[in-house]
Amino acid sequence: MFGWEFPPHIAGGLGTACEGIVKGLAYNGVETLFVMPSASGDEDQSATTIINASDVEVDTVSETVEEYLDKVKFIHIGTNMVPYADPEEFSRLVEEDRKRQVKDFSISYGQKYKFSGKYGANLMEEVARYAMVGGTIAMQRKDEFDVIHAHDWLTYYAGIAAKELTGKPLVIHVHATSFDRGSVDNIDTRVFAIEKKGMEMADRVVTVSDLTRNIVINRYGIDASKVVTVHNAVDFSGRENLEVKRGVKEPVVTFLGRITYQKGPEYFIEAAAKVLKRTKNVRFVMAGSGDMMNRCIRHAARLGISDRFHFTGFLRGVDVQKMFALSDVYIMPSISEPFGISPLEAMRTGVPSIISKQSGAAEVLKYAFKVDFWDVDAIADDIYALLSYPALADFSNRMGFDEVNALKWNGATAKLKKVYESVVK
Amino acid sequence: MATKSICLYFQVHQPTRLRLYRFFDIGKDSHYYDDFANRTILRRVAQKCYLPMNQLMLELVNQYKGKFKIAYSISGSALDQFQRFAPEVIESFRALAATGKVEFLAETYYHSLASLASGSEFEHQVKKHAAKIEELFGVTPTAFRNTELVYSNGIGEEVYNLGYKTMLTEGARHIMGWRSPNFVYTAETQPRLKLLLRNYNLSDDIAFRFSNKGWEMWPLTADKYVNWLKESAKDDEIINLFMDYETFGEHQSAESGIFDFMKALPGAVLADGTFSFVTPTEATKKHKAIGDLDVEDPISWADEERDVTAWLGNELQQEAFNKVYAMTEKLSIVNDPDLWEDFGHLQESDHFYYMCTKFFSDGEVHKYFNPYDTPYEAFINYMNVISDFQIRLDEKRAALDVKETVQKELKKAKKK
Repeated sequence: MFGWEFPPHIAGGLGTACEGIVKGLAYNGVETLFVMPSASGDEDQSATTIINASDVEVDTVSETVEEYLDKVKFIHIGTNMVPYADPEEFSRLVEEDRKRQVKDFSISYGQKYKFSGKYGANLMEEVARYAMVGGTIAMQRKDEFDVIHAHDWLTYYAGIAAKELTGKPLVIHVHATSFDRGSVDNIDTRVFAIEKKGMEMADRVVTVSDLTRNIVINRYGIDASKVVTVHNAVDFSGRENLEVKRGVKEPVVTFLGRITYQKGPEYFIEAAAKVLKRTKNVRFVMAGSGDMMNRCIRHAARLGISDRFHFTGFLRGVDVQKMFALSDVYIMPSISEPFGISPLEAMRTGVPSIISKQSGAAEVLKYAFKVDFWDVDAIADDIYALLSYPALADFSNRMGFDEVNALKWNGATAKLKKVYESVVK
Repeated sequence: MATKSICLYFQVHQPTRLRLYRFFDIGKDSHYYDDFANRTILRRVAQKCYLPMNQLMLELVNQYKGKFKIAYSISGSALDQFQRFAPEVIESFRALAATGKVEFLAETYYHSLASLASGSEFEHQVKKHAAKIEELFGVTPTAFRNTELVYSNGIGEEVYNLGYKTMLTEGARHIMGWRSPNFVYTAETQPRLKLLLRNYNLSDDIAFRFSNKGWEMWPLTADKYVNWLKESAKDDEIINLFMDYETFGEHQSAESGIFDFMKALPGAVLADGTFSFVTPTEATKKHKAIGDLDVEDPISWADEERDVTAWLGNELQQEAFNKVYAMTEKLSIVNDPDLWEDFGHLQESDHFYYMCTKFFSDGEVHKYFNPYDTPYEAFINYMNVISDFQIRLDEKRAALDVKETVQKELKKAKKK
């Protein structure tokens, strides 16, 4: 299994999902080897064996560099992502980069590569190198596994390399697509190309929701018969409910996540302004940070609601739990959300959630309030109703709590096991 | 006494900086100030500027036997901090006051923009400030300078109605047009209010350009400067040099020679004989007004624009400003001293300055004075504090309602 991160050191939800998956697979009697670019050694290995790609030399696969490169020739060592470069500067950078990488690769052949495992400027280079190392690992452990499973585009090349070198079946797992990161007209074409390649080379494509499945089929042109939805789950074991002293008397409506276009933050602000016209007895919190944050601050100021609409900046660890515990309504108005684990967290904390129909989570949450992301009137209505009619909030809390507790990785991974079985001859 | 005058006035102010106040603090912790930063900065500036400069000014006043005169405007916020963190600064100002050659100006206690928001709050702060000056220095201010030299026709009238006949403001180019700032003017709507206008070129030569080695006039000497003064006032009467006191030793370091320059300046001016030093109140007695100034929209001494956009230029600033002044009425009903004091500090113009998004021609100046990385951080922090303040205000108001109801019920019961 090729991943990019694994708890405790994670930047997003991908690592958490991977942990849930390997644990669930272990419960279902499937053993996993989990390869990641940069392991720190404090990962929980009770359910899987972690292989740190930074510890592996690229030298046991083939006799020569040429032979190796021939086998994995699909790997185009792409340029690093350079934001805001003008066309001339960009082509200069590309040229320089290409020369440097050919040189680097010749040198690093037979050596270890220290991955950052982050999402930095040389991400594309790390992705390509991860594929080289991934192929090596697959060859070294050829007799230990039956299926290759790669999580998200960062690892697709590694998965393909492993498949090419070992001939074993490849399952790729789509947690998000380029269309969830940019708008339809503005996607990163290099990432798109890697994603498409991965999906085409895969024996099965697993998507985290039907929403994502449709994107894979329609936008990437993948044969529907090999695309399977396995909804995400969430692992609440070892989670205790936090007791938090409230500072504000009014009920709190919370948005928590990256403040980016895809998350629909401005629909939340507009809905908040509508609610505040009817009642002052409420506060809104936008927790998190992102490239739209400043714009949102100005937006709220322009609407004159800044004394009731608060920003916390980026929250980490226990502050996230604290924020949920302080909330009375949770809202996720995402424009495009492959799944969206946060409403599950909210409902588990006893916070009723309003989520957009354009999210994968909407497919599995019966007791969440579902709205179109653009329908600010509907969002405002639901917020107002949840604040004003306690019976509604109580009901949704109780049912929602049971509902999310039933969404376990054990069930999701049983489905995943079937997918594996279908590709192993 | 020479017929022409130089009027030197220094602004002394330190803001009450807010601590990092998060959403999670709202309703739980009502201490808003970064005491550590305020104390550290105040003590540093006291050592580098206030104490050595006061000492120098005192020596000069004594040396020239009253021919060297200056004026100060010290905000109440700064005075409060001196009393708390550096009482020796108060003592050194007292020594200056005792010479009788130093004028202390009136301003808003909290260095606020209340003149743009609320007549009653403005009046309250002006009176509070005058009382503080009397208490500390034993003199009653007779000339007024508004925060950041903000002035308009309306503000002029209010100031006159509060009993002041002299007011300081900026010689803003868009108001002056072809006219020279080197005369005394009157307010268009109140002919008995005399206006002294800052000569920004000559003031900024000291305050901004003095240590700039890229400036073609560098280095500036007292003799060179006296020639510029004479040139500027060739056909005119008075040159008003208004600047931040922190120029001396803080903005312009001691190593730049700024203290030596100031030490030499009075001697050079007096030896030349063209000018005598006057304080603002003396200036308006000595010089006749030559015309009136019509200022419809507020002007100030800040930035290229010389208007109030440094504090109220964007929607964040306007929102914060409107929200804080919207509480004035409720505050008067509740009338709680703790709330009044916090309300005062929250009005300090600096908080709005930190939210300024003009980062072009005046960005360097803004950045220098700003403890926040971005205007957005400044805004969020301020609004969180305002939210907590609002909660306290509402609670007091609710408690007051309960009290009144109970008293009414008791009266009814007694009647029966």
